[in-house]
Amino acid sequence: MRTAFVRALMKAACENPRILLLTGDLGFAVLDEFRANCPRQFYNVGVAEQNLAGVAAGLALSGHIVFTYSIGNFPTLRCLEQVRNDICYHQADVKIVTVGGGLAYGSLGMSHFATEDLAILRALPELTVVAPGDPIEVEQLMPQIVARPGPVYLRLGRAGEQPVHDPATVVELGRPTRARAGSDVLLLTAGGMLPVALEAARQLEPDGISTAVVSVHTLKPLDGDAICALAARFRVVVTCEEHTALGGLGGAVAEVLLEAGVTPTFRRFALAPAFPAGVGSQEYLRTANRVDAPALRALVLSLSARSG
Amino acid sequence: MLGSAPPTGELRQLAKEIRLVSLRTIARGNSSHIGTVFSCVETLACLYGAILRVRPAEPDWPDRDRFVMSKGHGAAGLYATLALRGFFPRERLDEFCVDGGSLYGHVTHRGVPGVDVSTGALGHGLAVAVGLAAGALRLRAAWRVFALLSDGECDEGSTWEAALLAPAWKLSNLTAIVDYNKIQSLGRVEEVVPLEPLADKWRAFGWDTREVDGHDIAALLEALDPARSLPGQRARCIIAHTVKGKGVSFMEDDLLWHYRTPKGEEYQRALAELERGA
Repeated sequence: MRTAFVRALMKAACENPRILLLTGDLGFAVLDEFRANCPRQFYNVGVAEQNLAGVAAGLALSGHIVFTYSIGNFPTLRCLEQVRNDICYHQADVKIVTVGGGLAYGSLGMSHFATEDLAILRALPELTVVAPGDPIEVEQLMPQIVARPGPVYLRLGRAGEQPVHDPATVVELGRPTRARAGSDVLLLTAGGMLPVALEAARQLEPDGISTAVVSVHTLKPLDGDAICALAARFRVVVTCEEHTALGGLGGAVAEVLLEAGVTPTFRRFALAPAFPAGVGSQEYLRTANRVDAPALRALVLSLSARSG
Repeated sequence: MLGSAPPTGELRQLAKEIRLVSLRTIARGNSSHIGTVFSCVETLACLYGAILRVRPAEPDWPDRDRFVMSKGHGAAGLYATLALRGFFPRERLDEFCVDGGSLYGHVTHRGVPGVDVSTGALGHGLAVAVGLAAGALRLRAAWRVFALLSDGECDEGSTWEAALLAPAWKLSNLTAIVDYNKIQSLGRVEEVVPLEPLADKWRAFGWDTREVDGHDIAALLEALDPARSLPGQRARCIIAHTVKGKGVSFMEDDLLWHYRTPKGEEYQRALAELERGA
């Protein structure tokens, strides 16, 4: 996803000199190509995320489209008030991009886990919140993010995720994107849980459970109408996210379903509302914290048995 | 550069009017922060009376100079100044901090002509000003950026993050002014967290720094003059030594007037002193 982002940004920046990339001294090797190709559009403000957000707001208010780039919590939680007051309140054209969504930084530990960001940033007025599920989504969403006026939060995973969508899939900002058809169970995913949900859906085939998987890459504004219409057709709906169970995709979907009177059997497949346990790779931590495909399959099986 | 600027007498008169109008505005709005407004009145008068290239009838004029009131709690002073300069009618100041009003007690850009940047949380303004100044240089635009900071917000680490970056980016179109009235929210600066040697700190960060009497119009004008040539494309910092509550004897240098609303006899005494004043 990281690679797809940098390529898409470079393409946009070459065409539009008003597009700038600001980093908080992170992106070793990742941003080199951008820097080489668009040297006048690249800035490193140093290890200073409050400044990163404030300076980005000022550059945006002077007529630029500014991308800020750093790891998970740094350009978001560290400078949350700057994001709220300087970026969101001014409807500044700042696109905050993070890498390392969820547990992607694995063994680097708690400081590098972005596991509350969606809930916290979803609460900010004016901010569009996007968590793509694979590189195809990133590639297609990027030009739409550039073209969308006002602030956007773009939460990426890491480098090296495989594309999971059919290459012909059309991804539209603000609309959920179907990755797999099914009729019994609906899995709604945010960010990097898309491939996990697809794997769980495959594992459920021998169990005779037909599972649909839909990527809700745009958490805000949430397409509530589409989600309610979709959810109404399933007995079981599960939201999937590498994020605390509090206030992320699960919360967002629960809010619209309940208010619309759509009441399937519903669960949030997410991290327990605690600091994640264990030391190891992302894959290891997903298993240790029960947010991997076997855990999702087990959850769906238990819900299907009950709702059947 | 200042050849066509109003003489200092006119700016002194503007400062007097800003104080009078701010006093009425704060009293009517049952609001606070009059001490912090009074300490920066001469700076506002010099900026809006002589320095800033702005068009009150065309507040969004693209080539306008940008002013960031980083000490957003001085809103009444800025709003009074904008009204006196004709950005909006004087009567609108009656809508300050009242139920159903249209002007908050901290500087807000939404719906207020002449305000570019909303503030109120301290330590945000200088970073935004750095971004604006860098943006102007990118666009090769001639407009300049001025940011007015309080001494209290020099406690904020974010102020120093921005202070570190501006000289590195050679932002010669940026001027930061510190309204150094020596009193912050809960006490004297020297007792809370001493800032001294403050000018040396800004110099060490790479700013062209000068200290002035922040109530001396001529000195302020000279320091703020954009034509003043600076070696090495340096950003400028002006430490304005001021008195909190300046202009009303019983408010001067008193923390109480960070909070207290002038009412009744106090209001009348303040009004009389200001009307008598220079």
